Amino acid sequence: MVERNTMTKNARYVHVPDDETKIRMLHFMKLVREIEDRIEKKLYRQGRIVGGVYVGRGQEAISVGTAIHMEKDDVVAPSHRDMGVFLMRGVTPRRIIAQYMGRRTGLTRGRDGNMHMGDMNYNVIAFVSHLGDNVPVAAGVALAFKQRGQKQVALCYNGEGATSRGDWHEGINFASIHKLPVTFFINNNAYAYSTPIELQMAVKDVAVRAAGYGIPGEVVDGNDILAVYDSGKRAIDLARSGGGPSIVEYKTFRMTGHSAHDDAGYVPPELFDEWKRKDPITRFEKALLEEGALTQARLDEMQRECALIVDDAVEWAEQQPYPAAEEVTKDVYYEGT
Amino acid sequence: MAVTTYIDAIREGIWEEMEKDESVFILGEDVGIYGGAFKVTKGMLDKFGPMRVIDTPISESAIVGAAIGAALVGMRPVAEMQFIDFISCAFDQIVNFAAKCRYRWGAGVPIVVRGPSGGGVHGGPFHSQNPEAYFFNVPGLKIVCPSTAYDAKGLIKAAIRDPDPVLYFEHKYLYRRIKEDLPAEDFVVPIGKAILRREGEDLSIITYGAMVYKALEAAEALAQMGIDVEVLDLRSILPLDEEAILTTAKKTSKVIVLHEATLTGGPGGEVVARIAEKAFEYLDGPIVRIAPPDTPVPYSPPLEEAFLPQTKDIVEKAKKLAAY
Repeated sequence: MVERNTMTKNARYVHVPDDETKIRMLHFMKLVREIEDRIEKKLYRQGRIVGGVYVGRGQEAISVGTAIHMEKDDVVAPSHRDMGVFLMRGVTPRRIIAQYMGRRTGLTRGRDGNMHMGDMNYNVIAFVSHLGDNVPVAAGVALAFKQRGQKQVALCYNGEGATSRGDWHEGINFASIHKLPVTFFINNNAYAYSTPIELQMAVKDVAVRAAGYGIPGEVVDGNDILAVYDSGKRAIDLARSGGGPSIVEYKTFRMTGHSAHDDAGYVPPELFDEWKRKDPITRFEKALLEEGALTQARLDEMQRECALIVDDAVEWAEQQPYPAAEEVTKDVYYEGT
Repeated sequence: MAVTTYIDAIREGIWEEMEKDESVFILGEDVGIYGGAFKVTKGMLDKFGPMRVIDTPISESAIVGAAIGAALVGMRPVAEMQFIDFISCAFDQIVNFAAKCRYRWGAGVPIVVRGPSGGGVHGGPFHSQNPEAYFFNVPGLKIVCPSTAYDAKGLIKAAIRDPDPVLYFEHKYLYRRIKEDLPAEDFVVPIGKAILRREGEDLSIITYGAMVYKALEAAEALAQMGIDVEVLDLRSILPLDEEAILTTAKKTSKVIVLHEATLTGGPGGEVVARIAEKAFEYLDGPIVRIAPPDTPVPYSPPLEEAFLPQTKDIVEKAKKLAAY
C-alpha cells in the first residue's frame, strides 16, 4: 500500500519537531544551499575547483530532514545530492571545500573529488559514480547490525535514476528477505541528467515498487521539511524496531542541470518556475515566520552566519596543501597503521 | 594416515577461521541448507547457524555488495560465487567499490570472494572459466589460485585474515583429485609468495592452479629426455612474486609461462613482460607462452581437450625451447 502525505499545511504528522529542532533544520538547509551555491556559482566558475560539481539545490529538505534522525552509530550511504547528510554527521564545511579543491585535508586526501567522499569515523560511506551500488552495500551494513544484535540502522540515498539499475533491485530484495534494518530514501528530482521520469520508468512513483519486495513504500513531498522529518522518522523507527526496510520516495525537483557544466536547456522553464515557488527553504522560512518560531531579524542573522561559515571554509581550504605527488601510489593496499 | 582433499582443505580453513573469529561469516547461493553446490560449506549451517551462513537470492552483485557493507563495519565476510563464472555479475561491486575504498577514503574492505573456477570437467562455456585476467588490471585487489591442499587451506586463511579484498580462485578439477597430509596446527600461506614445485637447471615453467600438475607431468617426461625442468607455482597472481619469477628466469635462462586462462591478455603476458624488462640479458631463448586459444571454453570432450593445454603440448614446446 502506498500511503500519501498531502502537501497541505493541514497534513497531520506523527512526528513534529520542536521549535529548536526546526531552527536547527533550517540552519542546515541554509548551510547546504550556501555551500553549494558557493561551490557551483563561484568556486567552480572561477576555476578554483578543477573537477565536476553536482549540487542538490531545491532538495535540501530531504537529506537534512532524514539524517537528523540518525543515532551516533548508525551508518549512512548518501548519493551525490545529499550534502545535508555530511553536515548532519558532523563533517565540517572546511573539509568539504578542501575535498572539492583536491586538497590533502579533504575527506579523500585528493584521491577523489566532490561528493565522492566518506569517512567511517563519521559513519558515512563514500558514494561511487556507479549509481545504485550503495544499495547492496547499505544492506550489508544492516546485515552486520542484525548479526551482532545491534539496534542501529543503515540509511541509503538514491535518485530515481539509480532505481533503474540492477544493484538497486538486488540490494532491496536481499534486505527485504532478511528484514534488515535499512531504510531506502529516494530523491525523485524528475530528471536523471537529461532523462525525464517517463523515459526512466513506466510507473509514476518509485515507491509502488515496494509492494514487489513485500515492504512498505510511501510517497512524500520532498520539499516540505516537516513531511520529510515525519516520514523519515517513521521509516527509521520501523527499521530500528525490527520491522525491516522500507522505501520512502521524496518528490522534488533538481533546480540545476545535472552538473555545473549543464545548463538544463532540456527542462521546460515553467517547471523551474513552478518548483521555485515550492522551494523547501523559503517555504519553511515563511512557515516559521508565520507561526512566530522565527523573526525576520533572526533569519537575516542566520543567513549571515551561513555566509561567514562558508567564507571561513573557503579561506581555510585554499590554505591547505595539495597531496604530494609521491603519495600517488600509497594506500592501494593496507600499509600498516 | 588421514589425508585431506583440496576441497576439504578449503572447508577446514573457513571452518577454523569461523571458530576463531566471530566476525567471519559466509554468504552465497545454496551455501546453507544445501551446503554449497560442491559442498565446500557442508555442515556449516548446523555448526554456525543462519546468522553466519546465509543463503542468498541469485544476486551476485548483492552478495558482494552486502559483503562490502558488512566489512566496512568490522565483519569478515566470505562470499561464494556458486561457479566463479558468475563473478562477472558482481564485477562492478568488486572493481569499483571493494577495490577502491581504501585508496579513495581510507576504508579497508576485508572481504573474500571465492568460487570454483577452471575446466576439465565438461562444464561448458559458463561453468569452466578462469576469470583472473578480468581482475588482474584492478589495483586494490589481491588474487590467489591455490594448486595444493596445503595452499588451499593456508591461502583461504590468509585471505580471510587479509585487510584487503581477496579473490580466491579455487580449481574445481582439483577438488577431490588432490589430497595430502596437512599439519594439525594452524598455518597460513602468505599471499604474494610463489613456491618452487620442482627444481631444475635447464628450463623454467612458471604457472599456477591446475596447470601446475600438467607442468610437473611434462617435467617428468622431459627428464627422461635429459631436460631438467624447474616448475614455479605462483600461487598468487596479484601481487605477483616478481623476485621468484626473476630468480628462476635468471637461473635457467629459458622460460615457459603456462596458464589455463586464455592467451591474449592473460596474466602470463605480464610475467613475460617483467622478465623481458628485468632479466633480458639472462635469456637464452624466446619466452614461450602456453595457454588455451582465444575462444570460449567448449563443452564437447574433444573440443575441451583441444582447448586446455595438455602435457604433450608442453613437452613439445619445451623441447624446442631447450634446443636454443
